[in-house]
Amino acid sequence: MSRVGLVHAVVFFGALTLLPFGVGPQWILNLLIFTLMYASLASAWNLVGGYAGYPSLGHAAFFGVGAYAIAILFENSVGDGYLPFFVLPLIGVGAALLSVPIGWIAMRTRADVFAIVTITLLFMAQTLAFNLRSVTGGAQGLGVAGPPFSADTYNRPFYFAMLALLALAMGVSFYFRRSKLGLSLSAVRADEDKAHGVGVRVTGVKLIAFATSVGITAMVGGVWAYYVGFIYPQFAVDPLITIGMVLMTFLGGRATLWGPVIGAFILVPAQQYFAYEYGASQVYLLAYAAIFLVVMLLLPRGILPTITDRLRDRRKRTLRQATEFPEENTPQDAGIVGERQGAAR
Amino acid sequence: MTALLEVGGLSKRFGGVTAVDDCTFSVEEGTITALIGPNGSGKTTAFNMITGYLKSDAGVIRFDGHRIENPCPALLYRKGLSRTFQQARIFPELSVEENLVIAAGYSWRGLFGARLTKIDRLWAGEMLEEFRLSALADLPAADLSYGQRKLLEFAAVLMSRPKLVLLDEPTAGVNPVMIDTMERHIRARHKEGVTFLIVEHDMQLVMRLCDPVIVLDRGATIATGAPADVQINPLVLDAYLGD
Repeated sequence: MSRVGLVHAVVFFGALTLLPFGVGPQWILNLLIFTLMYASLASAWNLVGGYAGYPSLGHAAFFGVGAYAIAILFENSVGDGYLPFFVLPLIGVGAALLSVPIGWIAMRTRADVFAIVTITLLFMAQTLAFNLRSVTGGAQGLGVAGPPFSADTYNRPFYFAMLALLALAMGVSFYFRRSKLGLSLSAVRADEDKAHGVGVRVTGVKLIAFATSVGITAMVGGVWAYYVGFIYPQFAVDPLITIGMVLMTFLGGRATLWGPVIGAFILVPAQQYFAYEYGASQVYLLAYAAIFLVVMLLLPRGILPTITDRLRDRRKRTLRQATEFPEENTPQDAGIVGERQGAAR
Repeated sequence: MTALLEVGGLSKRFGGVTAVDDCTFSVEEGTITALIGPNGSGKTTAFNMITGYLKSDAGVIRFDGHRIENPCPALLYRKGLSRTFQQARIFPELSVEENLVIAAGYSWRGLFGARLTKIDRLWAGEMLEEFRLSALADLPAADLSYGQRKLLEFAAVLMSRPKLVLLDEPTAGVNPVMIDTMERHIRARHKEGVTFLIVEHDMQLVMRLCDPVIVLDRGATIATGAPADVQINPLVLDAYLGD
């Protein structure tokens, strides 16, 4: 990791770790729990939607799988209250395994068709949640037993669980970027057929990205279910969760490490603010749509890539001014130099 | 000499159009074989079927002594059959160096290893040196000119140490200096034992570089032979100049 990157990570996670011990009002912690939740979700989505370029709209289905797994397992008792957190990794692995055959079929399609295929997955999961009454409780919902946490520090375990999941999602994201896996995924995103033609194990890397992404999503769903305490099909398998993941990733910057996190830290508080201003109406959805339009029009690649590009261009310009005509001094053969100057973009 | 690639009775129909029609030819080991023919004679379609990008309707493909039942691009590539595309397909978001590394191939375990290992850099560095692209190693491939992209794609498919390289119009749309550069690299690699099958429209290049020359017309092989013989073959003249 570059030194700057390490400093960013240490400052960010250090501050967030210390925060619950200094902050008074519970509502801030509550808001942060949801911000961290969406930051984790968006970071997880980015693994497949960003790096692999497969825009899944079905992730909320796996969020629901995790939520229902926790609710079903801990309907009656949660022991000392920490047990559900320790079960989460199993839920993550389970969801990841479940997603492999699904991804194997869905990922035969690409781009917009893949988006449609995966969104049907979401509605199938929601329909199942409504109708498998003996398992999910149907529209009646399902409750999780209340944890025996003391009232004044009640939010903390959930906060740290979400923070840990964000660290996990960003850790995996970082690992992807630094491994051949990430290199292969970039190749798949750029030109999948060509990647296949130079020996990239296309199906394998896509499935790894999908399963990892989905596994983390399910774990986040589990913590969410435990935190809210009572889940209904329309909220556990909610298209708005999918839209949130996608929108935040697009806003911050696809296929970047920090983009999804930046997106979440802008949009979740904004959404809460709108919900507070306009009451519990659905007006904030209009705001969502407006933000999406603005992003698409002004920042099609997201905040982070736009900023880094600007910085890169500026650095290039200063470099060019410092050394006049650098191209002519590079030891190139005549043909390449000729073309290189002709290729000014 | 033995045939490295044998194609027998290869056929492909797109609706009512027969793009490749019972096409049979072979590429001998150690040759630079040209595959020429008028536009629409099925050269690229044949390429696509041989490399697994397109399913053939009929025909047998043998590569390196083995019959290829269901050609898969990745598998063939790993077995030593590389190809380039007419439009120079590279990965624009990856750096020039990474474009070479990704094409070099790696094991499943390597997949979970570092993005660029020391060995990767070493091998890519040698190739960059050979193709005089070293100064561009860290640039995104998107910044390259069209000619440089063609060069990069060619260099990339050599990373896997292929036995046979299929080049689809390696010099189309590039400047004369770059054509010479490309020719030099093909000759250099040929000397090291790589066999080439080249689709090309630049007849001067074909005549001085390739032997034998295979001529396709309407999806079928109409002539095979040394460039000088093919040039005066009435069937070939007819195909190019029209009836």
